[in-house]
Amino acid sequence: MPVWVFRGSVTILLCLLVCSSRKFGTELLRLPSLIDSRPFGPQVTEVCGAKSLGYFGTAQFYVALKLLAAAQAGLPVRLQSTSANLPLPRFVGITTEPEMRYVANTPGGTKAQCDRSRYLEQKEPPPPLPGSSPPCSPLAYHTHQYTTPKERQMAESHMEKGDQRECDDDDIWRITEEQREYYTNQFKSLQPDLGALILGAVAKNFFTKSKLPIPELSHIWELSDVDRDGALTFPEFCAAFHLIVARKNGYLLPESLPLGLHPKLGPPDEDGPPQRAQLLIVFDDGGTGVRKKDQNIKFPTSVAGAKQDSKEEAFKKQECTFRGVETLKEGATLQFATFTHRPEPSSQDLDPQSNTKTRPRSYSSTSIDAAMRKAEEPPAPPPRPQKKSHSRASSLDLNKLFQQGAPGAKSGWLLPPPALPPRPSASQVPPTQVQQPNFADFSRFRKEEESSVKPEERCLCSRYNQSTEDLSNASQQELNHNQAPQKPVRRKFRPDSQNVECLPPPTGSFLKSTQKTPSRQKKEIQMAIRKNKETNAVLTRLNSELQQQLKVVHHQRVTLETQLDQLRPVASTSAGS
Amino acid sequence: MAVCIAVIAKENYPLYIRSVPTQNELKFHYTVHTSLDVVEEKISAVGKSLGDQRELYLGLLYPTEDYKVYGYVTNSKVKFVIVVDSSNTSLRDNEIRSMFRKLHNSFTDVMCNPFHTPGNPIQSKAFDEVVSGMLAQST
Repeated sequence: MPVWVFRGSVTILLCLLVCSSRKFGTELLRLPSLIDSRPFGPQVTEVCGAKSLGYFGTAQFYVALKLLAAAQAGLPVRLQSTSANLPLPRFVGITTEPEMRYVANTPGGTKAQCDRSRYLEQKEPPPPLPGSSPPCSPLAYHTHQYTTPKERQMAESHMEKGDQRECDDDDIWRITEEQREYYTNQFKSLQPDLGALILGAVAKNFFTKSKLPIPELSHIWELSDVDRDGALTFPEFCAAFHLIVARKNGYLLPESLPLGLHPKLGPPDEDGPPQRAQLLIVFDDGGTGVRKKDQNIKFPTSVAGAKQDSKEEAFKKQECTFRGVETLKEGATLQFATFTHRPEPSSQDLDPQSNTKTRPRSYSSTSIDAAMRKAEEPPAPPPRPQKKSHSRASSLDLNKLFQQGAPGAKSGWLLPPPALPPRPSASQVPPTQVQQPNFADFSRFRKEEESSVKPEERCLCSRYNQSTEDLSNASQQELNHNQAPQKPVRRKFRPDSQNVECLPPPTGSFLKSTQKTPSRQKKEIQMAIRKNKETNAVLTRLNSELQQQLKVVHHQRVTLETQLDQLRPVASTSAGS
Repeated sequence: MAVCIAVIAKENYPLYIRSVPTQNELKFHYTVHTSLDVVEEKISAVGKSLGDQRELYLGLLYPTEDYKVYGYVTNSKVKFVIVVDSSNTSLRDNEIRSMFRKLHNSFTDVMCNPFHTPGNPIQSKAFDEVVSGMLAQST
């Protein structure tokens, strides 16, 4: 990456310069003259803040060099220009490194170290050196350094290098506390539960507001969606947001996710060094930091405004597009042709690839909690005692449906399988409820929503009976579903042809569909709950029995093994003798 | 060890097509296009009874004197076509299947990206890498 190379060479140059600055106690004062001698020297000194501070600390020095580079490249001496990709500044009169090392061994070197350590104490301790085993705190370094001059010099240069390297590498890819807090707030605005997921469409709308070009956003998504599930967890969201912010501030996107952003490896816990490093970008880089903040602030206000306006509507539309994407995915069992391919999702679930394992979760779950739960469950559903009513091999139900041959025209489903008998399937509804992940959502949603919504739900629920049986993995899910946005949930199981259309027209038709009493729904749900509890009890009993058997068998095995061991030495001795 | 890999959308236009030798790319485009007919034929033949699960891997579509063409269709009618050199006789069916599986997986990853509109050409770097891995093996 050109950016990294630039930084690497800058660190070396900086190391050289700073080492040269420590030759004598007065070396730090030489720096200003070094810089002042340049045509832009005084300007640089002022802009980088050294003039006000009275000395060149690492931060000021770093900024000063960047400004010099900018000035030499022809850019104005402003803090904003430091963010551009600059060539190294050219200095005349820099001695070579061995010479400096030798010179630094003079007694003046120790004085410089004292100065240096004082500076360090004023700031937070620099970050630990990445590639070396020396102690974490460079202050400790200083105390140890007086053993040999060579060691001292090496340690100094290492420390500087480490400082600068940390500053260079991590200033972008480390998330500061305030940034993290900001991302958390943004996440909460999209998804109140921090442990849950943001769906892809939601994230898309959100990030599109950052006005980055779509290919770049696509690349950012590829980098940050580590588990490839089409949705963002909180660490993934932070990573994506951070990448966007970095990109907006001019940093090029990396080819692979930086380690600091990786949700599994996670950002480091220490606040000190990253903050100091970050300070260079946020505050000392002045203009860039301010700009970043401005953008950050501008970004969310527009987002917030948009969000509050049409949250439901927007979410619906997002779900629509999300579904539109999903139906093109393989194994999208919601297509009509795949009604007959019920076993297929199971086979795909059993596919050793982990991403297929999570795929059913991302498109079949409606609430975020259900999505999380589904991810944790094994791909294949556990066998159920009540197989005949809601097994995954639901050809039985299909056949029943076909025989009933009810008119499905109301919902607008096109092909034979979806010919849903709204009323006659009511008998099927209770047994099949167990398998549906969203069924309970509907009921709760219905309780919350106006009655006009209920009729369409009933119609949709019956449709869900057939379409979602094999998508759900456990019957326990629907019991725990929270109040996820319900309107978009319904849309999910629409056929792909309807996915392409916009939502409002179907919504209108649904409002006029059949009416069903909420109490009947409630009863059915309660029955479903009871049945689930029964299956739960049965399964736990079975589990405990099997555990017992396992213990017994294990015990037998152990005894047999001990007997074998006892016999074996006897056999060997007898054979030997 | 493929010579050319193509992803074709449901409407039979290419979403992604890449071949190894930079010359004769047109020839591969033409080959892939003609192979679509065979793919359609295979799909329609199997799909006569909706109850049957259609096999995703179509197998050898047709061999020519220079190369062999393999096909794979997803449930959403997106077709993957791999063209391999006929001189590579060591390539077994399993390997082709695994190549298709990898392609399929990275294709689903691309689809998962909310910034990718289905129907647009595939511009994902990860997908490119997977395809390069398959193409580069042929040296």
